[in-house]
Parts: sequence; structure tokens; C-alpha cells
Amino acid sequence: MSAMLEIENLSVHLDGPDGRRLVDDVSFDLADGQRLGVIGESGSGKSLTALAVLGLLGHPLSASGSIRLSLGDGDTVDTVSAPGRRLDGVRGRTVGAVFQEPLASLDPLMRIGAQLAWPLRRHRGFRADALRRAVLDALAEVQLPEPERIARSLIHEVSGGQRQRVAIALALAAEPRLLIADEPTTALDVTVQAGVLELLQAAVENRGMSLVFISHDLPVVAGIADRVVVMRGGRVVEIGDTRRILTAPREEYTRTLVGASRALDDLLPARPAGSDGPTSGGTE
Amino acid sequence: MSVTVLTEAERNPRSRDTRSRRPRRRTSVNLLVGGVLFGIIAVVAILSLVALPFEPSDTTGGRLQPPSPEHWAGTDRLGRDLFTQLMIGARLAMLTGVGAVAIAAVLGVLVGLVAAMAGRWIDDALSSLLDIAIAFPTLLLAMLVVAWRGASLESAILAIGLAGSAVIARLTRVTATRVLAQDFVTASRTSGTGTLRLIRLHVLPNVWPTLIVPLALQFGGAVVAEASLSYVGLGSPPPNASWGRMLQEAQSTVLVAPTAAILPGLLLVATIIGINLLADGLRDVADPTGRTLR
Ligand SMILES: Nc1ncnc2c1ncn2[C@@H]1O[C@H](COP(=O)(O)OP(=O)(O)OP(=O)(O)O)[C@@H](O)[C@H]1O
Ligand SMILES: [Mg+2]
Repeated sequence: MSAMLEIENLSVHLDGPDGRRLVDDVSFDLADGQRLGVIGESGSGKSLTALAVLGLLGHPLSASGSIRLSLGDGDTVDTVSAPGRRLDGVRGRTVGAVFQEPLASLDPLMRIGAQLAWPLRRHRGFRADALRRAVLDALAEVQLPEPERIARSLIHEVSGGQRQRVAIALALAAEPRLLIADEPTTALDVTVQAGVLELLQAAVENRGMSLVFISHDLPVVAGIADRVVVMRGGRVVEIGDTRRILTAPREEYTRTLVGASRALDDLLPARPAGSDGPTSGGTE
Repeated sequence: MSVTVLTEAERNPRSRDTRSRRPRRRTSVNLLVGGVLFGIIAVVAILSLVALPFEPSDTTGGRLQPPSPEHWAGTDRLGRDLFTQLMIGARLAMLTGVGAVAIAAVLGVLVGLVAAMAGRWIDDALSSLLDIAIAFPTLLLAMLVVAWRGASLESAILAIGLAGSAVIARLTRVTATRVLAQDFVTASRTSGTGTLRLIRLHVLPNVWPTLIVPLALQFGGAVVAEASLSYVGLGSPPPNASWGRMLQEAQSTVLVAPTAAILPGLLLVATIIGINLLADGLRDVADPTGRTLR
């Protein structure tokens, strides 16, 4: 299997005199179709790593090292060094992203249908009636009821769980080969979380996408990822198969993480690594 | 694909809706009163282009006449019809407001966007420039423009617009920077939206609601500034005088003919109150969430 994503010696630092390193010499890769969990405490550099992969680190931040994204045709792009215009061309089709706060990840003043229409138009060439149908299909695919009404709504007019479903639809619209989900369920009610996780999992499976799933919730990551990267203070502490990380952590820090979610142990025997289904037993 | 049954929270779309905190009724009262006040002045301004009761330079009305069926607002000390002058004043006020606000909006938004999106050096340079421009008194700037181009309505509009653009630019920079840091911008860029399209789709619509009220305030401010300039003789020369010029001319005769001083003053105040109320109402309409990044 070829690599979807190869990160080599990635560092992210603040511009300016002190130039603090927020992400420090991170390397890991992700095979085509693989699901990778990234876990670590708040401030460990998970989101910055994700932004670096997207090539979207802003103003006071800059990256060094290399991040090779496979474009699917044997070609790759380095999102650290590629110019912005080149990235505008490949983002969307190659990589999509879902963020923690669904309310913030959609434009508050633009109708949901209009926001969805743009990537469908740009990357998949839909126009006019076909475009309208594609928007409704995209909303239906993420199991939203009454797609017509939702398409006409502003984001503050739908519920939290529905917002995240819309954000997922938006991330999937351009049919990316890699989906980055940065704590997609943290801001949601426990009752809604399981449904959103299930949806993400189904989407990844049906489309054969690769997934980078960021969270500080070990049980959630264990339920969705084949492999886990543990981060702390901007560095990678440990990388390994999910099952191995859970059952035989090598590093002290990983052990404390696993220990902290000891409750998970009871669930483990029934769930071989890489299996499907949400970990939290939320009934929807 | 697995079948998901929706939870109560998902099924009930408005359960956690945060509606506008501002009571709707006040919005509509603002819109109504502001619209009526401002509308009357605007209609009078337009009428002045179509027809005037007297020629502006017609001095046959008798000097300093009080209001009468023939001269609704009386006459000035040269015997010219005051109602005619008030109508012309309304036109000049509208022209000043629209012109100055247009200059301030276009120039200000442009500079503000460049500062927000460009690299640090350009941003720093522009920001210091704006600080200086904002500290510079409008009237002083106006005098410089008048010295350069001569006293005319256009000079006044240009000067007032330039002064206003600095404030709008700084506001645009701040708001645009905040919008650009939002996840929805990242999400949109993730799906391959280029810079220009990003500005058109997301930045401008989200910056715009924060500019409506300041621009409306500037409209009122521009009318007052033009009146001040006219008052000190730097505005449009007679007989097409603005309300400020009328105030100044009525000053010496205020005890014998008070209407000549009171009426332009009242219209000035009505215009400013009207535009401010209108702006308040419009902001709520432009931002249905009541939660714009302020
Ligand atoms: N724009 C920025 N300017 C300065 N420091 C930043 C910036 N963005 C992030 N940081 C710092 O970088 C570090 C890593 O941030 P990051 O957002 O990647 O953490 P995270 O692992 O995603 O945490 P969380 O779980 O809370 O989302 C933090 O210490 C944060 O304060
Ligand atoms: Mg984060």
C-alpha cells in the first residue's frame, strides 16, 4: 500500500525573536486507506500539526521539515514548501477537514446550501439543477432530515449535532482522499457524539478515505483508529498499533493516559483493534 | 451505510438557538422613525433637482420676511426665498453624506483588507500610517485640501471622505483579521477557495455588518463637517448654500428673524438622528444572528 501522508521532521515555530517551537521534530506517516489517531493533552500541538498538513499555518507561525501528501496519481505535494496557489488547487480534492467547534466552522451569514454548493461546483463540476440536487444529496448522505429546509437555513438555525453533520458534509463535498477530523465530537453532547462518530466512520469506509482523527479522548480514538500517535509538548511520544498502545504502552506518559481511561479495559476484549462501531455506548 | 436514528437534540433544530438579544420591536421603531426622517430629507433633496419654488438668486421677496403662504420659511436679508435654500441645502447635505461615505467605504475597506491579508511589514506600515491619519484633525485636513483645490463642495467631500476612510480602514483591518482566524475560513480554504473568492464569499459579508453603523455615523458626521466648513466659509459658495452657510448668514439677524437660523439647524439635527436610527435598524437586519464578530 502506498503512503497517503508522510510527515518528516515537522517543526512549527513562532516567528519573531524568541521563535518558540510549538511542534518539535514530528515524523509519522499514514498509508492509503489507513485510520490514524492522534492523541495528547491540550496544547500538545495536535491542531498545529493538522494545520501544517493543510498548509494553512497563519501569520505568526511557520513550519519546517516536509509533509508529503499523495495526490492519487502518483504525484505528491509538499504542503510545507508549496506556494499557496498550488495548494488552493489541490486542497479539497486531496484533503478535507472537520473541526472541533461546528458553529465556528461554517459562515454564520451564508445559507448552508450555498456553502455546500461551492466545493461541489469547483471540484466536481456540478451546475444548475445538478448542483442543487448534489447539495441535497450531500445533506442526505450525512443523515440530515429535511435537506431542503437545512439547505435554506443559516448555521445558527440548526442544532449542534446537525451543525457537525453539515460540517462533515462540507468536508466530504470535494471527495477528499484524506479527512482530518480535529476533535470533531468534543463540543457535542454525549448523546449526539456517538451518532457523529458513526457517521464519520461510515463515510471513511464507504469512500475508502484515509483518516487522521485528533482527540484527547483515548476511548474514542481506540474505537476509530488502526494506529495511534501519542503527542506531548509538541513532540511525538509513541507511535503504534492501537491495540499495542492500549495493551502494552512503552512510554511512561502513554501508560498514564491509558491508566486514566482505565474504564476502557472492560470494553477491550469485545473489541479487536481496527473494528468498527463507536466506543462510547451512547444510544441514539 | 448504517442507519442512524436522530437524537432529540438533533431532531429539534431550534433547541439551542441563540436569538438576537435586541428586542425586535425596538428594531422596527428605529427603522421606521429613522426611515421617515431620512426619507423626507432625501425626497426634498431629489425634489430640489426637479423643481424649486423660486430661483435661488431671486431677491424679489422682500428682506427678512417671516414665514408666509408665499415664502413658507420666510426670506433672508437679501430677499431670497429661504425654503428654496433649505431644499438646496438638503441636496448638498445628501451629496456630501453619500460622497464622503462612498470614498470612506471604498478606500477604507480596500486599505483595511490589504493590511489584514498582507504580510507583517505591510500591515505594520499601514497601521502606523492609519494611526497618524486618524490623529489628524478633519478640519485641518479639509483646509489643506481647500488650499490645494480651492473651496468647493467637492473639496469638502474629498477631505471628509479621506478623513473617514482611515477610521474605516482600521475597523476593517481588525474585523477582517478576526474573520480570517475563524474556522470557517480555514474550512473554506481547505476546500480550495482562493484569496479573492475568500474575500467575496466570507470576509466582506462578515465585515460589512460592523461597518454599517460607523458609516452611518460618518454620514451624519460628514453633513456636520460640511456645515462647519461652510460656516467658516470653506464650503460651497452662495447662492447654492448649504445649511451651514445658511446658519452663518442668519447669525447676525438671529434676533429679528430667528426662523432663518432655527430651520437649517433643525434639518441638520433631523438628518443626523434619522441616519443614526436607520443605521441601528439596518444593522439588525443585516445581521440576523445578532452575533456578528464585533
Ligand atoms: N497562533 C498561535 N500563536 C501562538 N501560539 C500558538 C498559536 N496557535 C497555537 N499556539 C500554541 O501552540 C501550542 C499547541 O497548540 P495546538 O492548538 O496545536 O494544541 P492542541 O494539541 O490542538 O490542543 P487542544 O487539545 O487544546 O486543541 C499551544 O501551546 C498553543 O498555545
Ligand atoms: Mg486543538
